[in-house]
Amino acid sequence: MAEPTFDSLNLDDLEASVGHMTGRTHVLTILVENKPGVLSRVAGLFARRGFNIDTLAVGPTDDPSLSRITLTVDGAVHPIDQVTKQLHKLVNVLKIRDLEPGEAVERELALFKINAEGAQRAEVLQIVQIFRGKIVDLGHRTAVVEITGTEDKVTAFEEMIRPFGLVELSRTGSIAISRGRGET
Amino acid sequence: MRAVDALMECLKAEGVEVVFGLPGGASLPTYDAFYDAGIKHVLVRHEAGGGHAAEGYAKATGKVGVCFGTSGPGATNLVTPICDAMMDSVPVVFITGQVRTDLLGTDGFQEADTMGITMPIVKHSFMIQDPQELPTIVHEAFHLARTGRPGPVLVDIPVDLSKADIDYAPTGDIELPGYQPTTEGNQRQIRLAAKALAHAKKPVIYAGGGVVNANAANELVALIQAGNFPTTCTLMALGALPANEPQWLGMLGMHGTRAANYAMDEADLIVAAGARFDDRITGMLSEFAPNAKFVHIDIDPAEISKNVPAHIPIVGDAKNVLSRLLAEYRSLEVDHSRLDEWWETIHGWQEKYPLVYEDSADEEIKPQFMIQALHEATGGSAIVTSDVGQHQMWTAQHYGFDGPRKWINSGGLGTMGFGLPAAIGAAIGCPGEQVVVVSGDGSLQMNSQEFATLVQEGLPVKVFIMNNGFLGMVRQWQELFWDKRYSAVDLQDYSPDWVKLADAYGLAGFQLTNKSTLVDDMKRILELDGPALVDVRVTREENTYPMIPAGEPARNMVG
Ligand SMILES: Cc1ncc(C[n+]2csc(CCOP(=O)(O)OP(=O)(O)O)c2C)c(N)n1
Repeated sequence: MAEPTFDSLNLDDLEASVGHMTGRTHVLTILVENKPGVLSRVAGLFARRGFNIDTLAVGPTDDPSLSRITLTVDGAVHPIDQVTKQLHKLVNVLKIRDLEPGEAVERELALFKINAEGAQRAEVLQIVQIFRGKIVDLGHRTAVVEITGTEDKVTAFEEMIRPFGLVELSRTGSIAISRGRGET
Repeated sequence: MRAVDALMECLKAEGVEVVFGLPGGASLPTYDAFYDAGIKHVLVRHEAGGGHAAEGYAKATGKVGVCFGTSGPGATNLVTPICDAMMDSVPVVFITGQVRTDLLGTDGFQEADTMGITMPIVKHSFMIQDPQELPTIVHEAFHLARTGRPGPVLVDIPVDLSKADIDYAPTGDIELPGYQPTTEGNQRQIRLAAKALAHAKKPVIYAGGGVVNANAANELVALIQAGNFPTTCTLMALGALPANEPQWLGMLGMHGTRAANYAMDEADLIVAAGARFDDRITGMLSEFAPNAKFVHIDIDPAEISKNVPAHIPIVGDAKNVLSRLLAEYRSLEVDHSRLDEWWETIHGWQEKYPLVYEDSADEEIKPQFMIQALHEATGGSAIVTSDVGQHQMWTAQHYGFDGPRKWINSGGLGTMGFGLPAAIGAAIGCPGEQVVVVSGDGSLQMNSQEFATLVQEGLPVKVFIMNNGFLGMVRQWQELFWDKRYSAVDLQDYSPDWVKLADAYGLAGFQLTNKSTLVDDMKRILELDGPALVDVRVTREENTYPMIPAGEPARNMVG
């Protein structure tokens, strides 16, 4: 917003600066008090306000009284400032960071159960290697593969492997932490 | 001592004068503690009545209302008042009983997931898990209800824990690291807003319930008078600017005045204070106040730019912000004549479109006349509670409130059945003040069991029914927008004989049908020492006008 000078103010120069859609995916990390019902409060708020959660991951932090919730939300369909302001109203929410893409490291873990019979097996193993995946279970007919990476990487692997016969897939949803010394 | 005895100590420490409630199995220990705690307990006849009474008390006094219910059905009966308090930002602490901890989650007798059911409609809630935490949690509940944007807070207490022995020492400690409401408005933004006001040629002040909650009516009036700013209030803020002030445009919104709505429509600057741009105010959002820049003052940052993007957002307590805005405005050199043309336009609307209605040629009482008569009979300064429907809108339009906290109604949720219990709470909170209810023959039946409470408490509340024999507001919509296909709205033949009902409950009952004696009849009844129920027969099919049809722009007002 152009800063209007105090002496000569023209109402026409005033701009409304918020309420817009950003058009990109946002990774929100939310530090919450580890109290019963906190997750319901957060999830319920999203449901009630009509905000869709793309992924959600919850886990402990270094402080046992606190948990961290990592959410991804599509900023093309939701005004992110409304989402964060509503979250801030939850009494058990201590801190929210809307992580800028460059300033954070983001990872997801996924387990894929893949058809790996006969001739396919070698090809599957090769793709797993390219993605730096790990075979964590190998049977006569199927392989369970562990992939870690950004959401995009996990999705890319899924697309590559699908033609071989994807039996099952389980993804954790992203977690993230800020780069550098500062706290997330 | 028992946790419940500590609870009583905490209530006293919070300055609680009265609690509204109704006991049950899971709250037996609590009621045992009430027995000699020295806190006034008002026994209501339905928990919803208790919840609304606590709201009426809170709205009339500005203090935190308190309501008790038992587990299961007691708690589910509280859902409506909890939601009502959330929508209108009313500070109420609801304390519910819960089944024993070992029964939780087993569908035990009278078990309901009260925390889960109420989660979306509370400011915050607590379930006691360790009885030792109870005192701190109770103080936190009061703190949350009272501060920031006020609202309902629930404390659910399993019955076994309520009996547990704890070490109690008075405490004021609260530990809410995630709760830090911003009360001080940003100085730079306030200065900018003052500057905008000084430059605006068509400003409007739009005040909402937040101004009343913040006890900021004096600050609001001072600002309005300093700048001679045209002013409108929402349904929740009526009285914040006394209706006889020259800057008063009337209420805005769906049943607001044309002057108020047209002024919003043509304004170049709108200063919203403690108001949330509800759809009943904006009508069609995309065409709302198309020429205006917005200053938005609110203690809840999430309200700012939620519906209408703000140009000058100011997060803070209305009292703090408005007083500093006035100081900043006073420090500027302003050309007062810049508003001359604007006032001329507004006076033109006021003359052309006053709030009028066609009076009857005979003794028939027009509903609008009934409210004007009530204004005259009460001297215009009663505390008036109401229910929901046409009678509510006519009271809002025609009573002309002269101060804040005198108009007590359910705005956001629009809860029929609110009026009578709310009046009980208001009368207990404001002894010595005239309290009247304006209700409808539909709404009053939703909590009429509270007549017993009213009589038991000996409160001199006078209940006036605007009796049109219809669920009038719904009938109006069916008439206007659904081809007059009156579906399930006629109450005429199967409503109680109200005078007999009054008699059955032991309060004075009257029926009034004559226009020419109405004011005197009302005066006579208002002078009675005890409560009274007054069945006022009014025109059956009168419509509440003017009106912005739902979802249309203000310019399209009809009637
Ligand atoms: C609990 C509840 N149920 C339904 C409604 C929908 N409603 C809004 S106004 C109204 C009619 C109210 O009738 P009455 O109390 O007689 O008042 P009138 O409009 O006739 O003045 C109804 C049913 C409501 N607001 N609240």
